[in-house]
Amino acid sequence: MSIHKGRGFASINYPIGMNLGGDPSQALVHSNPDGKFAVALSSIDLGQGMKQVTRQIAAETLGVPVEDVYVDTADSDTGPHCMGSFASRGTHRVGNAVIQAAKEARSVMLEAAAEELEVNAADLETDGKGNIFVRGAPSRSISTGEACGAAQFKHGKTVSGRGIFLIPMSDVDPETGEMTPVSCYAHAALVVDIEVDDETGEVDVKQMNSAYEVGRALNPRMVEQQLVGGAWMGMSHALWETTEPYYPDRTHGPTDFNQYLMPGPGDIAPHDIAILERPAPDGPYGGKGPGEMCANPVLPAVANAVFNAVGVRIDELPITPEKVLRGIKANGGAQPQGQW
Amino acid sequence: MSKKPVQFTLNGDSKAVFVEDGQNLLDVLRRGVGDLSPKYGCGQGTCGACTVLIDGEPHLSCLTLAETVEGRSLNSTGGLAQGADLHPLQDAFMRHFAAQCGFCSSGMLMAAKALLDRNPNPSRDEVVEAISGNICRCTGYEPIIEAILDAAQSGAGRRSA
Amino acid sequence: MSVEFRKELFANERDDNLNEIGKGTQRQDALGHVTGRSPYFDDHLFEGLLQIRCVRSPHHHARIRSVDYSQAENMPGVVRIIRPEDVPNNFNTLLSLLNFGRDDEPLLSSKKVSYIGEPVLAIVAGTDRQARDAVAAVRVEWEVLPHVLDVEEALKPDAPVVNEVYPNNTFDYHDKYDHQKLRYGDVETAFSQADRIVEGRYQMSPIEQAPVETNGAIAAPETNDRFVCYTSTQALFFSLGTAAKLLNVSSNRLHFIGGTVGGGFGGKVDSLVEPMAILACMLTGKPCRFVWDRQEEMQVGAPRGGERWYLKDGVMNDGRIIARQFTGYFDSGAYTRLSSYAIIKGTAHLPGPYHIPNVKADVFCVYTNRTPATAMRGFGVTGVDFAIESQMDKIAHEVGMNPVEFRILNAYRDGDMKAHRREAKNCALIECVQVAAEKANWPIRDEFKQASSMVGGGGERAKIPHTVTDEDGKIGERRAGRAGAGQTRTIAPSTPAPAPAAYTPPPPSAPPAPAPQPAAGQPAYAHPAAAPAYQPAAPHAPPPVTPAVAPAPPPAPAAPAPASETSTPSARPVNRPGYSRFASNSGFRRR
Repeated sequence: MSIHKGRGFASINYPIGMNLGGDPSQALVHSNPDGKFAVALSSIDLGQGMKQVTRQIAAETLGVPVEDVYVDTADSDTGPHCMGSFASRGTHRVGNAVIQAAKEARSVMLEAAAEELEVNAADLETDGKGNIFVRGAPSRSISTGEACGAAQFKHGKTVSGRGIFLIPMSDVDPETGEMTPVSCYAHAALVVDIEVDDETGEVDVKQMNSAYEVGRALNPRMVEQQLVGGAWMGMSHALWETTEPYYPDRTHGPTDFNQYLMPGPGDIAPHDIAILERPAPDGPYGGKGPGEMCANPVLPAVANAVFNAVGVRIDELPITPEKVLRGIKANGGAQPQGQW
Repeated sequence: MSKKPVQFTLNGDSKAVFVEDGQNLLDVLRRGVGDLSPKYGCGQGTCGACTVLIDGEPHLSCLTLAETVEGRSLNSTGGLAQGADLHPLQDAFMRHFAAQCGFCSSGMLMAAKALLDRNPNPSRDEVVEAISGNICRCTGYEPIIEAILDAAQSGAGRRSA
Repeated sequence: MSVEFRKELFANERDDNLNEIGKGTQRQDALGHVTGRSPYFDDHLFEGLLQIRCVRSPHHHARIRSVDYSQAENMPGVVRIIRPEDVPNNFNTLLSLLNFGRDDEPLLSSKKVSYIGEPVLAIVAGTDRQARDAVAAVRVEWEVLPHVLDVEEALKPDAPVVNEVYPNNTFDYHDKYDHQKLRYGDVETAFSQADRIVEGRYQMSPIEQAPVETNGAIAAPETNDRFVCYTSTQALFFSLGTAAKLLNVSSNRLHFIGGTVGGGFGGKVDSLVEPMAILACMLTGKPCRFVWDRQEEMQVGAPRGGERWYLKDGVMNDGRIIARQFTGYFDSGAYTRLSSYAIIKGTAHLPGPYHIPNVKADVFCVYTNRTPATAMRGFGVTGVDFAIESQMDKIAHEVGMNPVEFRILNAYRDGDMKAHRREAKNCALIECVQVAAEKANWPIRDEFKQASSMVGGGGERAKIPHTVTDEDGKIGERRAGRAGAGQTRTIAPSTPAPAPAAYTPPPPSAPPAPAPQPAAGQPAYAHPAAAPAYQPAAPHAPPPVTPAVAPAPPPAPAAPAPASETSTPSARPVNRPGYSRFASNSGFRRR
């Protein structure tokens, strides 16, 4: 007849991209005569923000404001090959392809500007606001629009670029499992505070505190979207959802959202997040992919918290009130473990 | 199968369609009228993605018989903006990054509008209650709740429907 | 809800002075989302659009004796029945696009069904309701077969064969073993030297991706003898390639449009709806729509596969884990789809972000009579991380150590060798642990607050230990009742590994304070005594880290003569049944 508080901890890392490599992505970047750029991809935006992150990467690399770039995806006729959006590969693989393509386009744009300004392209810089200027003599400048117009109508050059990023394929040793899975990893650690009702077995998540290391937060608001939404999904995995509640028995499988349970807006917990950035040496501006690892630490952290709260170790997900109550009963009562 | 004429207003415009026997409102809006803003998420009335307003009340269009909206006044997210001006809810959703895949957003906005139109100053609990019939798989709900509260602050409920 | 950026950490590795990177700029698609204008696959109107529904198995496992659609095909609105023989190339496996694994799954089944929901017929009709009514009028005669639903039961010699392409109920790895091995060091010797052994069994049941938008595709004829396909796929060219293979059509006759998807989470990679929609379009000449309803999405669409993990750890009283052993079972369901690859990904992830000098794992991809599994957020990793982190908590509890300090003690650092024999780099586990603990006011002692991913790694920890290997679990042995799980025949190491000495932590700046006592009276743990660092005997040289150039592996079972070592990859025949797609330019990867 009591509510018991508990806290649990978990820490993880996560491989970025499809294991074993051989998963390429390509990008094409080109400018219209006004210096407005299009990025052609066949990559998929599932909601994670593929379009916006590649837009910002292209703008940064080109040296133009983000408003001068739009991303067009996905059309197999106009977008070059991309393996797809999964395995946290998108930002890393597609982002790198965009950088390569944007670099090529930028160099053509600078060459055109150099010709117009009668300087060496190596002496030019972009201000990120739509201007190209001579380093040290900022009054000698030309707009990106003028440079692109000159390239296409005077010099006969395409202000465009191609990019591909491929992690080389790796074999797997059959005897030892030796392999080169990926090139970088994201990290996370999370503390969850819960309350357990020892009469109903219900677990209420009260608070999450976390630290996620994402390489580089390319768009901090979008990283936040992933981390908040992903932690919610982790909570859902831990305490609510499954297609087979009595796995491996298939009975009572849910067929609609009345039976497939997920936490609703009244079930969510406050979540205070810290974001760390240790750039991946081969990531686009160091970026890794936060989209999957955000959920993972929550599952074991909740299981560990339940043990801490009532002394019941639940090793089969999801943690249901039934499992909690059976555990409490088997132990002869709730056994809070105390906190550090 | 016989077809039945049904007339209603949608976002202030008068519509007239022929509906099949037993055809649901979601199907009629999307394929009959061409308003693609309400979405098909389940067809069972449990996800809320198909939410539209009928005479100001939120309804699940996938479970609404199309012929029952004869003479009624409907609203969908496609008509939420007034001309080129976004509704404060839409503006708040954008500022709070309350949409990721965006598939639940149409239904969420309708549920939120219905709430603010009858209760311009809701508490957090009232917002939670109002959107509890709308499933979001991406955001974890918090930014949506904050966006609705923010829109309420800026007087969204006092705007004419 | 709050978000803070700990910019001071790793600041010297970053240039934070960028123009557009690092800004919370409004999303390109935000306006479309809030106005209902974002164009998902279904937001395209077609005149005369037809709807597709499938006749599906009600049994876990059954032979198909007969399918009678004579009544159905005459029902109102029915335009076309699609039978298995109407699928030009009715046999595939998703990863055939990467030359991984054997084709094992039909788009429509004709001989037997191996899971509830498996499709045997598709019906194309004017409305969804007409299609459903016609489906209900199809009479299938089933011969119910025994089924198996438990991963360990499926490995027993008398278990029903789920997938005839893999008659041992396990995916074949390297044409040699019925599982993937990870061998690093000598766990058995380490277990004998450990102060205590901690074991655990962990299970995660299947999870539905449950995006709010279900899987779907609309295919329509284009003006130029091609087909356009609007799709919810997460992988445009993957789906295009799969459709081209199944339908035996040149890839450039398919025009796939997508890119705006209402959530995926891994559940929109299987590419089942696109080929069906396009085939219906080819056969009827009309635009055709194939969209799963929520019940199909939930119980027929592939979920995250269930997993079962057995862990055994050898632990010293000071909290160091000196050996970790895994046996992992991924439940692939009735067909392979992507699970074969999950095992490899999961294996590479072991033993977790910790420095453990002896690691052994056997990881299985098991077939059972349930919905085939596929990718989901964290694929190959989420389940085993649940096992690992629950186990870590168990161990910390057993040795009486602060669970957070326990993670830091065992954490991997830059320069450490990982169990898959690659150097750990760019580590940040310790920092994440420290920051999370600080935010949650979880007290840890000073020397743990001062630990760093960049200090204390490498050196002796970079050396690959002498490793015990075995040839247990060859394909077929388990099913024949020989060399069952747990019986290893080890190749004796030439020199035994010495006893592992205690780990020397970085010197603390002050003597440690006594460990705080938790309320339940747990014993405080003792600070590890300083001792010489671990010295493995006869270490192997670290492998050169070079990009792999695929050598010529053995050909597929159905192939004729083996490929010559000297012939160029592109000149070799693609030894794979069915339509050849995406033959990798660097040759075959693995069969």
